[in-house]
Amino acid sequence: MSPDQARTTSSSSSQVKEIQEAVRRHARVLATGGGSKPALSTPGDDGVVRIDVSPLRGILFYDPEEFTFSAWAGTPVAAVAADLAQNGQHLPFDPPLSAQGATLGGTVAAGANGSGRYRYGGVRDFLIGVRFVDGRGNLLQGGGKVVKNAAGFDFPKLMVGSLGRLGILTELTFKVFPAPRSTASLRADFATLDAGLDAVVRLGRSTFDLEGVDLVATAKGVSLWLRVGGLADTLPGRMERISDFLTDRSEPVRIERFENGEKGVVHWKEMASMEWAPEDGLLVKVPVTPTKVRQVDAAWASQGAIRRYSVGANVAWVAWPGSTRALDDSLADAGLAGVVLRGSSGHPWVGRPTGRRFLERIAAALDPDDKFGAVRSWPTS
Amino acid sequence: MGDEAPPETADAARLRYSGREATDMPLRELLTALERMYPPDRLLTNPAQLAAYESDALTVFKEQAGAVVLSETQSEVVDTVRLCARHGVPFVARGSGTSLSGGSLPVADGVVIGLSRLNRILKLDPDDRVAVVEPGVVNLAVSRAAAPHRLYYAPDPSSQSVCTIGGNVAFNSGGAHCLKYGMTSNHVLGMKVVLPDGEVSEMGGASLEGVGPDMTGLFVGSEGLFGIALEITLRLLPIPEVYRTVLAAYHSLEDAGDAVSAVIASGLLPGAMEIMDRLAIRAAEVGAQAGYPPDAAALLIVELEGEADAVDAEFSRLLRVIESSGAYEVRVARDEEERTRIWKGRKSAFSAVGRLAPDYIVQDGVVPRSRLGEALARIEALSRAYDISVANVFHAGDGNLHPLILFDGRTTGALEAAEELAGEILELCIELGGSITGEHGVGMEKRHYMSRMFGRAEMEAMERLRSSIDPMQLANRGKMLPLETTRAPGR
Ligand SMILES: Cc1cc2nc3c(=O)[nH]c(=O)nc-3n(C[C@H](O)[C@H](O)[C@H](O)COP(=O)(O)OP(=O)(O)OC[C@H]3O[C@@H](n4cnc5c(N)ncnc54)[C@H](O)[C@@H]3O)c2cc1C
Repeated sequence: MSPDQARTTSSSSSQVKEIQEAVRRHARVLATGGGSKPALSTPGDDGVVRIDVSPLRGILFYDPEEFTFSAWAGTPVAAVAADLAQNGQHLPFDPPLSAQGATLGGTVAAGANGSGRYRYGGVRDFLIGVRFVDGRGNLLQGGGKVVKNAAGFDFPKLMVGSLGRLGILTELTFKVFPAPRSTASLRADFATLDAGLDAVVRLGRSTFDLEGVDLVATAKGVSLWLRVGGLADTLPGRMERISDFLTDRSEPVRIERFENGEKGVVHWKEMASMEWAPEDGLLVKVPVTPTKVRQVDAAWASQGAIRRYSVGANVAWVAWPGSTRALDDSLADAGLAGVVLRGSSGHPWVGRPTGRRFLERIAAALDPDDKFGAVRSWPTS
Repeated sequence: MGDEAPPETADAARLRYSGREATDMPLRELLTALERMYPPDRLLTNPAQLAAYESDALTVFKEQAGAVVLSETQSEVVDTVRLCARHGVPFVARGSGTSLSGGSLPVADGVVIGLSRLNRILKLDPDDRVAVVEPGVVNLAVSRAAAPHRLYYAPDPSSQSVCTIGGNVAFNSGGAHCLKYGMTSNHVLGMKVVLPDGEVSEMGGASLEGVGPDMTGLFVGSEGLFGIALEITLRLLPIPEVYRTVLAAYHSLEDAGDAVSAVIASGLLPGAMEIMDRLAIRAAEVGAQAGYPPDAAALLIVELEGEADAVDAEFSRLLRVIESSGAYEVRVARDEEERTRIWKGRKSAFSAVGRLAPDYIVQDGVVPRSRLGEALARIEALSRAYDISVANVFHAGDGNLHPLILFDGRTTGALEAAEELAGEILELCIELGGSITGEHGVGMEKRHYMSRMFGRAEMEAMERLRSSIDPMQLANRGKMLPLETTRAPGR
């Protein structure tokens, strides 16, 4: 640990106490991090006190041989990624918005994953331990520091996607993986979304080890982006086989291959930065499946939404031009739910999420006075 | 769904159920109601029938249930849970009863809800790569059903040919291949559950991603305390193109441990990395005639999986690492048959140990990978100090130990000594910064060690969470969370 980090660490402990006191003192609170997902960090309601966790930053512990690290929740993802990269390791789910200052805590709370989630899982699969302040102001620990642990209730997973509804994250422990030595990418253009989805489905049942599988709707149809990783000299051959597979089994209009260079990573960077989505309007994450995408895409297109289907068509990133209300209706019609990361304020969960009654019981235990619930209401079905 | 009993505070519930006689009356009333629901061959109440359910695979615990019901449909399970709630009678869900921690042990005068007949695969969607199953579906049956689509269900406990998905969900079960793709909870996307008061709730869905707090993730590993999983949506993965498996024999356990560190340091990510010590090797030889090198002090199995080109290149690197790690014999599986044989010995090690001693307790602690060597040396010292044999089989890649403590239960004091040794091993795992369980769950066996691993605030938070979900503490009462925190370890 550098002297600089040691300093932040000791100051951070007293900041945790301040957070606990703030939770005890105020009737309604909202934790905020790096501000990279403004819809989630804007209180919206009067009387909600913001608790800024971004001063809680620094890596507390990183042991490359253990494949684990612990850090304060306000630590920028980019800072961690740089440390990991020095040891040939990474968080394989391409945490989004890291270039815009996303913090580890914000990434967990938003449950936000990038394209790399496809192969090894997302933030839920790599978070192994948490410390958080509950609605009583208690500092609680969940999970542990080892990569495998089945003791006690899985609080780390519960915190993923919780948007501060159940507590304020202060410290996080992740498992990490060795990063591939090299990567290569491929873009295949298809005339229709259906043709692109067919390819996604076929690839999903193939033996290719793909790290990223994204679909980008374009004016002329759809582009399928694939990424593979591994030892450099194996990549050209593997890419060749994937191209052959695509041309044999589907009807791509055009295939372009990119080795490790700038052009090859541009798509993945753009996906992570969300730069493709207009600054105004809503940016929404909607969990889907390939089957669901076939059902909903036309309706979204007709409403003027820009769509990107990431993680093998398991995540729809939707830039929504209309109102939250219209979005909510559209999701509800399709039996889907979403989380608004940018644009609206106040109530980021939209559509028809499952688990309401179970969540109520959980919230009653961790936040009995409903301190975090004011701006985090769960839509009723 | 307001059919449940009026909510009661946890304290009131505890008072009401603290005395054994107090539960007799509600049980009798409940039985009358159950008789209307179940035919006699699916409602077991006589002691001879109940005896088959008095233990799980950790047979040192025994308890007679008030009744066992064998449910065949989800609505039977829901109705049974509602009746239990109405009459205030505790219940225990049971899959195949292969729990190694006393998790499916009955509660005295409670009801065991047998789920093995709820074994339908409700949906298998190869496009979305999901299977929706009932809880009594056997783990391996999912992979069998998915195989025609060249998909499989990744978590592979050694008991996978018998244990159920419901049991896997309750314990967040793992297996030899969890290093790369994770445990049960990394493969469960959604669930329909009946909460302990009979309310049915859905969580998650068919997508890899979710919205809101990951409740599915919380339910997995909750050891039956949050109710019963009725329908589980599982993620399927494509069957890897190739597996490359190597078996390396070492003259010392330490050398094998060092080899694991060397593999990790090389940047490779094997699907599995398993170690067996001398005694475990002997057991596997006796039990499965695995043909392992007979003089080895330790065996290391490493497996890579994936696309042929990629795996071939990585495998050459792996072999270089293994060859320079002091292995005196290295065997590469040339075909599927040789691979199966290597794994057969490993996967049968638990049951085979039964041939070396009449009884055994298997522990499941986790230590940081870099402290494996230290942990093993200390377990060996403990084994000598207690004069009790301990065989070690473990998931070396993730630091998950499986010391098998051998004893003869017919000898007075042998069980107690074995348990004491087991306790010291748990303390050791905690001290080294690990966990008391990696995949077998806390159950009955390790509940008194929970408060050694977690602080008071955490224990209280877990207790509050449980009471909020199950105010009457009907679901798997007495498991995982100790009933009285003051009681000393042991029983
Ligand atoms: C020889 C042998 C080898 C083993 N190898 C492994 C291994 O490699 N890895 C590993 O992780 N485990 C292993 N185990 C342990 C055991 O097989 C697992 O814990 C398994 O998940 C238990 O499944 P089951 O169907 O037998 O569950 P049971 O023993 O019947 O029940 C286990 C727990 O789950 C609860 N439960 C069951 N169904 C439900 C449901 N539908 N909803 C809620 N709760 C439910 C029960 O109440 C109980 O607490 C092994 C056991 C044996 C005997």
